[in-house]
Amino acid sequence: MDKLPRLKDIRPFVSTRNACKLCSPLGASIALKGIEGCVPVIHGSQGCATYIRRYMISHYKEPVDIASSNFSEETTIFGGAENLKVALGNVIGQYKPKAVGVATTCLSETIGEDVALMLKHIKSLTNEEEWPDLFTVSTPSYQGTHMDGFHATILQMVKTYAKDNTPNDKVNVLPNLVSPADIRHLKEIFADCGLDATILPDYSDTLDNGAWDKYYRVPKGGTSIKDIKLSGGAKATFEMGEFTKVSVGKNNSGNLSAAAWLEKEHGVTNHQTILPIGVKATDTLFENIGKVSGYEMPDKYESQRARLLDSYADGHKYVFGKKAIVYGEEDLVLGICAFLDEIGVEVILAASGANNNLTERLKHYCPSNAETIKVMSDSDFEQINEQAHELNPDFIVGNSKGYYIARDLKIPIVRVGFPIHDRLGGQRIKHIGYEGTQELFDRIVNSLIEYKQDNSPIGYKYI
Amino acid sequence: MERLIKERNTQIHTIGSSEHDLACEKKSTAGSVSQRACVFCGSRVVLYPIADALHLIHGPIGCAAYTWDIRGAMSSGPQLHRLSFSTDLREKDVVFGGEPKLKKALTELIESYNPKAAFVYSTCIVGVIGDDVDAVCREVSKEQGIDVIPVMAEGFKGTKKDGYKAACDALSTLVGTDDDYQAPEYSINILGDFNLAGELWILKDYYERIGVNIITCLTGDGRINEIRKCHKASLNVVQCSGSMMHLAKEMKEKYGIPFKKVSYFGIEDMSEALYEVASFFKNDEMLNKARTLVSNEIQELIPALEPYKQKLTGKKAAIYVGGAFKAISLVKALRLLGMETAVVGSQTGNKDDYNLLTKLCDAGTVIVDDSNPNELSEFVKEKGVDLFIGGVKERPIAYKLGLGFCDHNHERKEALAGYEGMLNFAKEVYASVCSPVWQFFNRPSSSTTENE
Repeated sequence: MDKLPRLKDIRPFVSTRNACKLCSPLGASIALKGIEGCVPVIHGSQGCATYIRRYMISHYKEPVDIASSNFSEETTIFGGAENLKVALGNVIGQYKPKAVGVATTCLSETIGEDVALMLKHIKSLTNEEEWPDLFTVSTPSYQGTHMDGFHATILQMVKTYAKDNTPNDKVNVLPNLVSPADIRHLKEIFADCGLDATILPDYSDTLDNGAWDKYYRVPKGGTSIKDIKLSGGAKATFEMGEFTKVSVGKNNSGNLSAAAWLEKEHGVTNHQTILPIGVKATDTLFENIGKVSGYEMPDKYESQRARLLDSYADGHKYVFGKKAIVYGEEDLVLGICAFLDEIGVEVILAASGANNNLTERLKHYCPSNAETIKVMSDSDFEQINEQAHELNPDFIVGNSKGYYIARDLKIPIVRVGFPIHDRLGGQRIKHIGYEGTQELFDRIVNSLIEYKQDNSPIGYKYI
Repeated sequence: MERLIKERNTQIHTIGSSEHDLACEKKSTAGSVSQRACVFCGSRVVLYPIADALHLIHGPIGCAAYTWDIRGAMSSGPQLHRLSFSTDLREKDVVFGGEPKLKKALTELIESYNPKAAFVYSTCIVGVIGDDVDAVCREVSKEQGIDVIPVMAEGFKGTKKDGYKAACDALSTLVGTDDDYQAPEYSINILGDFNLAGELWILKDYYERIGVNIITCLTGDGRINEIRKCHKASLNVVQCSGSMMHLAKEMKEKYGIPFKKVSYFGIEDMSEALYEVASFFKNDEMLNKARTLVSNEIQELIPALEPYKQKLTGKKAAIYVGGAFKAISLVKALRLLGMETAVVGSQTGNKDDYNLLTKLCDAGTVIVDDSNPNELSEFVKEKGVDLFIGGVKERPIAYKLGLGFCDHNHERKEALAGYEGMLNFAKEVYASVCSPVWQFFNRPSSSTTENE
């Protein structure tokens, strides 16, 4: 059996070789799974829904039901209104959902479907009282990545439902594409700090359920539309991530994130941070929380922070000066790089499949290694692979799709983010807060120790 | 039982109590959450194992991203098929046309990776934006001196089955292009094995032991130059008939090569396949060798299966797989382990397959075409099964209900074909059904579905 082919000379390609991104309806589907009682419908060919289901199921290990309007040749010629109507009827009949979110695809966008208008029309034909909330998000897969679909869906949700700004006691938390375990941790943090948080989207239960005593067609959990309606009158928004602006899809010329829209439209102050990974970024989150709650950081988190610092002292020598490659979604890459920078790891390559200005933000958040980080936007796994063989990293950090690079280089991969298709528990990996950072730090240090131990002629049983 | 979607009633049949015949080969109902994928998927899974070809997916990124390295289809040599290439069309390509990008992408990839041929898969929007993929393929083929074969795989142009046909059409452009080759006596082609977990190598060994030569396998461990000369075979042996029947029929018409439908799964079907091939060649020595092989293998296998059979006898299974022919073999194999099949269905079965299943299974068995999670969860609860056999999308349904699950789809990593495959299967069924973890689960009965 030959090795996987790898080119020796590095040169630009117009084609994408082993994509380091997914398409935007996938991001929309994850976000829609975070809405209470919501069944996503993908307006396009059957395969789009099925592939996205398979991809999500392999990571979350949960049933992920996503319906399709199932385009045929006739649909493509005459338009998808009839199919969408049938699809909605069947979805509503089968699932009795509280909400249905329709995400478009490259196909329905290219033939110029106006889904918002169709939904209005379909609803007008029925007894409105009995139907769930219907809304749509424009996610043409030839624009941006899955992250654009994810953020566009959140923006669409608040635009659709946050109609007024009558003040209430809630705060909005927009955590970005983090794991269900991360979302649970955030809920705990906000609750402990005395804030009533609406997490948008909250798929902490819907995509990470326990064992069931009965079969739930629509899994329990998720952000309620009632709470999204209150987001315009919230005390503040905590937005995590710097690449959250929506510039894809229809009617998004404003180039605003959901948080920015809430601020502009309803005056809800946005406390934006990068993903709170590492001490510095988590400190900033807690400072912002303090500004809104008026309280000091609870003891529980002081202790978590202190334990994390203690472990930094215990483990610093194993990571200092080690070279890492980080890849994945732009905000995850930024958050991980900032964390690695504060523990003395030298990031030699930061790569994302998204086409964003990552360089400038990385330089800002990685002061120690700002000058030497090589940044690749709009990149793919083969570019990363070719660079990795030139740069000789000590380890790589990213989703499971980069495993083959680590395997070829015989170095550790620390799995983070989405998808984790080759390990159990991808949905339970914690990345954020002091606690998530602690887990990540331990995993990184132990990967490096294990590597050293495995490759040592002696194999000490103590470190 | 609540059937949930009225239009689907004709696609569900309970043996002994349904009056209607099972309807199949229909397009999925919109909104039904079908477990099927699309035309592109059908063509991609069939052609994917051809290891020395370049597979370029022409369209936005999703289709390529979701099919990167997804099958456990092994190659003994080149691994080019395990890289996922895409033209990754962007908005400007959609507006101004994707042909220039396709041409550049093909050229740079062929120059860099030196494939023996290239397959170019058209995805949904390619036809809509008016790209002439044929013309680009012809042009690049001329410039690069290799076959560049368009695969018309627009997702909406039918079902997964139409994708199989698109793949067969693409293969048929290669078949017969090397006419110099002289095939040895007793040469066959294997059609419809994809060398998942190295299964082809198990079969090859059996065939070699009885004196049969294999020219090529379509498409497991596939090579372009083998496909060119496979019209020299005396017989096409077709497994997974859903995907490869088009090509088998075409080769019969064009080259007069007869075909036989077989399955390599389970003792009965595996042995039957070897006997059929040996009988076809009307060679006593070969037939004797087949008898010896089968009897040796069975003598070893039956006692090895016994302990599993003891634990599994009386347990009930549900099967939902891609092709119904595979389901038929599974029913027989489960019987060998003492298990009964209470629910059986497939994404793409045809009338013949379902008639066979109806004859094979006991009264009360539910047979279903193109099912979905809600129906499947209802059926397994109603029938009180202990095991669910399916693919990735069915797995969480089983686990959420506290049922054992066996992966029999193309992502599996265990060989299940042949005699050793049967033993692997028994081990896996045993591990799935008899794990002590299920003691902590309350298996829901049919009256408990949350539907609010």
